[in-house]
Amino acid sequence: MLWIAIRMLTGDAQKFYGLLFGIGFSTLLITQQMTIFVNLVERGASGVYNAPEAEVWVMDPVSRTTDVSYAMPGTALDRVRSVPGVEWAVPHLRAVANVRTKDGDLEGVGIVGVDDATLIGLPERMAMGDKSVLFAPDSVVIDDVGTTRLFPDADSALGERLELNDQRAVIRGISDAIPSFTSTVVLYTRYSSALNFVPGTRNRLSFVLVGVSEGQTPEAVAARIEAETGLKAETREEFAQAGVNFIIENTGIPTNFGITVFLGFVVGIAIVGLTFSLFLRDNIKQFGALKAIGVTNAKIVQMVGVQAGMVGLIGYALGVIGTVAFIKGFSTNPFFKGFYIPWQIPLISLAAVVVILAITGLIAIRSVLNTEPASVFR
Amino acid sequence: MDTSTIGNRASEAAICARGIARDFEAGQTTIRVLHEIDTEIRAGEMTYVVGESGSGKTTLISIMCGILWPTEGEVKVFGTDIYKLSDTELVNFRLNNIGFIFQQYNLIPSIDVASNAAVPLIAQGVPRAEARERAKVLLDKLNIGNQADKLPRQLSGGQQQRVAIARALVHEPRLVVCDEPTAALDASSGRRVMDLLREVAVAPDRACIIVTHDNRIFDLADRIIVLEDGRITHDGKEMPDGH
Ligand SMILES: Nc1ncnc2c1ncn2[C@@H]1O[C@H](COP(=O)(O)OP(=O)(O)OP(=O)(O)O)[C@@H](O)[C@H]1O
Ligand SMILES: [Mg+2]
Repeated sequence: MLWIAIRMLTGDAQKFYGLLFGIGFSTLLITQQMTIFVNLVERGASGVYNAPEAEVWVMDPVSRTTDVSYAMPGTALDRVRSVPGVEWAVPHLRAVANVRTKDGDLEGVGIVGVDDATLIGLPERMAMGDKSVLFAPDSVVIDDVGTTRLFPDADSALGERLELNDQRAVIRGISDAIPSFTSTVVLYTRYSSALNFVPGTRNRLSFVLVGVSEGQTPEAVAARIEAETGLKAETREEFAQAGVNFIIENTGIPTNFGITVFLGFVVGIAIVGLTFSLFLRDNIKQFGALKAIGVTNAKIVQMVGVQAGMVGLIGYALGVIGTVAFIKGFSTNPFFKGFYIPWQIPLISLAAVVVILAITGLIAIRSVLNTEPASVFR
Repeated sequence: MDTSTIGNRASEAAICARGIARDFEAGQTTIRVLHEIDTEIRAGEMTYVVGESGSGKTTLISIMCGILWPTEGEVKVFGTDIYKLSDTELVNFRLNNIGFIFQQYNLIPSIDVASNAAVPLIAQGVPRAEARERAKVLLDKLNIGNQADKLPRQLSGGQQQRVAIARALVHEPRLVVCDEPTAALDASSGRRVMDLLREVAVAPDRACIIVTHDNRIFDLADRIIVLEDGRITHDGKEMPDGH
């Protein structure tokens, strides 16, 4: 009988494809929008991910994220270094500046000052050039996505001169970095030269990056730093989360994406509900005949269940494949750099598909179950 | 419940209807469309139920074949009091004992002719290949064996009704009910279908009830029951005078 159910479904090509489209489109919309949402808000933590060596971030108690920070006096570094469990601690400067390009354009950039000796604070990988180029005077490393904003092609960026607050800077390398939420250009330089690029006040130490000694957990060391210095110390994970939360709390992004995901759900219910009801109504005579001949309601429910399950499975697969193709297709676009599909998202859209089919299936099947077998003679 | 061993068929009526009445709600009022019907349907015969539109023919055979509950009365089909069965037992009783032929054929459009004819067997759990083979034997008898692999819509109306006949007989039911089997067919194919039906359906231990308006096929009946306003007004081999 289940074979007959599947043939009934696929035999009506128009409605079958309509159902697949409804489920597939819903899945695509939900999966794709949630993927973009997650990846986008994760960019709020890009500053943390781009300095992978740091296990603990130490900052002024009012600082919130890598981009929203209040500078500390230089003495903070020594105070952190003296806390037991701190293997190493290096200064880290984050500021914004305006840069004048060769063509005379003005662009807002982020300046990141990394440790002079160890270069801790630089992204893990370089796209062009070597990390050691930073030891040369006046040199900066630009992030790859930022490069595309300032220069038409990456090759032409190397050796390019920039004017940073009347200071000369030469681009000597390109880092392979996770773009920031706003995709602003980020220039990495040594801490000492960053101090020159960023004119300023007495205190300019934004963060102290800390590595913990063997046998110590970052949580324990962070707690000890807070207790002994009065500064705020967060583990890498905590601080990344803080960056994400900041985006979620301070932008309309969750609402916007939430609305789209909800619409995907509603469109799914509408298309699938309508088509499924139409499909069952078109076949009501056949179902009625089956009921008269001697097919139980339980079996009818199974038949409709198989039909819904088949539509759900194929439509869902199409939607997920569509999302993967979308992300892959745009992977070279700087905006989508590093985008991935967290495993939870396909599960969520699968749950949405199940709910859509359960709701629409239950509504649609009622007409079949309520059909009196006697109606076949009418 | 074992419905397959019902002994002494000759002396026992295929259907024994006692005091059948049926009401329908029409707005505020209740209309009685069948009044205390008492009758027996015998195996080995083709029994026609005729009467004017609205006289209650469909209602009567629906009650006799276990798809419509009577308001009053009891129906025994081969000795089983069918409306005392549970819902599931009644469904299974129909599946094993009754074949249906509908005015609109009600074939499943997306499966081929042989599978359509095999539906009752498939519903009984017979493997599809075996069910189709058994259906094809019957399709051969009905002269549409060569159409077995076609879809229903590729067949003429008369051919589709023959597929429906095959479906009604494939599981060898002991009761076959047809409501206006020729209503959708032109005169000559209607006649041909009914000739074939008589040939293949009538058997010593099988009862066959046909509701029809079609006076061109009255001569095929072994017995004619006339209904008027929910009452039996004639029961005999021939139509009463004046019809
Ligand atoms: N489900 C129902 N609800 C209400 N009234 C019904 C229902 N089924 C039948 N009736 C009424 O019962 C009466 C008998 O109907 P039935 O279908 O048995 O007549 P019939 O003899 O088969 O007529 P026809 O030749 O037109 O098919 C009619 O008046 C009809 O309107
Ligand atoms: Mg009728």
